[in-house]
Amino acid sequence: MATAKKTPVLSAEHVTMRFGGLTAVSDLSFEAYPNEITALIGPNGAGKTTVFNCITGFYKPTEGKIALRHADGTEFLLERMDDFRIAQHARVARTFQNIRLFSGMTVLENLMVAQHNKLMLASGYTIAGVLGSGRYRRAEKAAIDLAKSWLEKVRLIDRADDPAGDLPYGDQRRLEIARAMCTDPRLLCLDEPAAGLNPRESEELNKLLRAIRSENDVSILLIEHDMSVVMGISDHIVVLDYGQKISDGTPQHVKTDPAVIRAYLGVDEEEEERDALAARAVAEALGGQA
Amino acid sequence: MPVQDVSAPKAQGHDWWAIGKDMIGTAIVAMLIMWPIVAWKSKITQYSLEIEPRWTLVFIILALLLATRLAMHLFVWNRAPSPVAAAARPATPAKATLSEQIGPWVFPVLVAFAVALPFIFHFERRPIDLGIYILTYIMLAWGLNIVVGLAGLLDLGYVAFYAVGAYAYALLSTVYFPYWFGDGIVPWAFYITLPVAGLLAALWGVILGFPVLRLRGDYLAIVTLAFGEIIRLVLINWFSFTNGPQGIEVPKATFFGLPFKAGPGGFADFFGIQHDRIYYYIFLYYVILLLALLTYFVTNRLRRLPIGRAWEALREDEIACRSLGINTTNTKLTAFAIGAMFGGFAGCFFATRQGFVSPESFVFIESAIILAIVVLGGLGSQIGIVFAAIAIMGSFELFRELSVFDNYLPEGTDPVHFRMLAVGLAMVLMMRFRPRGFVTRRQPTVFLKQRKAVSGDLVKEGHG
Repeated sequence: MATAKKTPVLSAEHVTMRFGGLTAVSDLSFEAYPNEITALIGPNGAGKTTVFNCITGFYKPTEGKIALRHADGTEFLLERMDDFRIAQHARVARTFQNIRLFSGMTVLENLMVAQHNKLMLASGYTIAGVLGSGRYRRAEKAAIDLAKSWLEKVRLIDRADDPAGDLPYGDQRRLEIARAMCTDPRLLCLDEPAAGLNPRESEELNKLLRAIRSENDVSILLIEHDMSVVMGISDHIVVLDYGQKISDGTPQHVKTDPAVIRAYLGVDEEEEERDALAARAVAEALGGQA
Repeated sequence: MPVQDVSAPKAQGHDWWAIGKDMIGTAIVAMLIMWPIVAWKSKITQYSLEIEPRWTLVFIILALLLATRLAMHLFVWNRAPSPVAAAARPATPAKATLSEQIGPWVFPVLVAFAVALPFIFHFERRPIDLGIYILTYIMLAWGLNIVVGLAGLLDLGYVAFYAVGAYAYALLSTVYFPYWFGDGIVPWAFYITLPVAGLLAALWGVILGFPVLRLRGDYLAIVTLAFGEIIRLVLINWFSFTNGPQGIEVPKATFFGLPFKAGPGGFADFFGIQHDRIYYYIFLYYVILLLALLTYFVTNRLRRLPIGRAWEALREDEIACRSLGINTTNTKLTAFAIGAMFGGFAGCFFATRQGFVSPESFVFIESAIILAIVVLGGLGSQIGIVFAAIAIMGSFELFRELSVFDNYLPEGTDPVHFRMLAVGLAMVLMMRFRPRGFVTRRQPTVFLKQRKAVSGDLVKEGHG
């Protein structure tokens, strides 16, 4: 793989996460490269969201190391940082499988909350802001402009003043992505962004994610079940099953990997002999779809 | 300005034009009837028969009448809109609801009324006292609103900060300031202690905040309740420091160093007017009005700052906050601290108004009443809190005055004893008919094209 020569933006090394007796993620190592879309796929319960929670600090991995590198060479060891510090300093933003918007606040307010740390600094940690400093007012205006530009990109500008909870499902998904992007992240983690979207909306999402990748200094890590999204936009796919990595590579490579097909289609161990044949057949089917 | 109604179905039935005409008609009829029979009272003096005007009474009856009629329009008669009226006014464009039309005017009118109150009532002691009383609770509820309404953290021990403020003034002005700076400082003690009391209360807010950071819902409520009781019990039992249950006599506030007393050097003497005790109460009234307005405007500005947005976001979804890099620990602590600070200001004022502080004033029921005002007003709504405070504290006072029931009650019962019963009943009724309080809609803090209120159904209530 040509991409392997670049310095990875995210490298997970031997990450293990245990909950009591259950090992959700076991000795997982993978890398994500700058300005690429890396997809994390696997059957239900494979541990994908657990990996996300380890990267974004909501869980502390039992073992292993997760390093994030910025373009300027700064390295953050995510397994040692608090979740909000990961978002603030390491600049990892995420969305959630079950959408977590501030439903009682307007669309614009959601994007303003995302720019909290920047605005907090501009408001002199509130003190200058209470006294009505001009610096804060300018910063707030700039923040509104940034929010506006993102609302235009996700086509929600007309609904800027509506409560986020009033939006239809697909719009909420896009708003959550816009909110994550308003934190100016280096790594954007999307947990099933296409869940519940119709094919047209999925296609639109593909376009949006490609645009985000090409216009911003950001790498995308994606969990997705919708293969049209995964195969259509990923540069690199990591496949998990029962908490272990079973395949890693380009979409083409993963599609033809017998281990992946076994995980998804559940072929018996004894039938390994016939697997290769079956794999080729399925790969052709999948290839046709992508 | 075309304003869309966000919570559409409820308001559709109201025909404001018809209601407005009906209200004017009601007022005219009422005035025609009241002019001969209510507005004038004949008074027999020793020598003659005099007529005494009673315009205040007329005004009160008229206000009650209009309020009742409006309530009937809003909540009773609109259930089954007459088909004739509906046909006569087809397809009216989406009009602003009443709350949006009069919304911007409510607060200025209230402030104007509050400023004019001592003059309206001709410097009578009673209404001014009541005004001070209600304004104190409005201020306390606005302070608690930051913690409960904005940040969504249920605090049942808010009265602790009120106590910290009151005892800060009592102890500093009677013991420490005279000891440190000499007796000359005492007339100025109120002005110096006010910010100190706020800061001390904020400090205690942070001290309470730390242990409860990881608690939610019921657990948070129980710990804050315990905190309030701990402060009160310490005040009772630490005799050498607080003088225990006997309390502390507190010096009165001065008008920037001029004491309110008869004779030379006093307030009246300085301005060359007749001495009257009422000046002190008018002064107190305006002090608490200023403090309450300060609370209002600071809170309003905080809501538009990142810290205020973070509070509300915290109420909506704490995990999402953390994923956006918001330090929820600091956010919660600032909510506790700033809420407590306003409680401390109010406590300092309370001490100087009472002239005496004792732990008895800071019992749990006070916390419960302040919380009831916040809940009745509508979580997060500052205007709603004003009306809730007037309703609750006003009805408490009303019960004190009700001697009319004396004949019907058993010997030895005092109507005052029924006031909690009535408030309880009122709360039950409210939970049945307006479960989110008087003002349910949330005003957004920033907007692109137009400010649309957010329906209360979407706004979350926090972690309990």
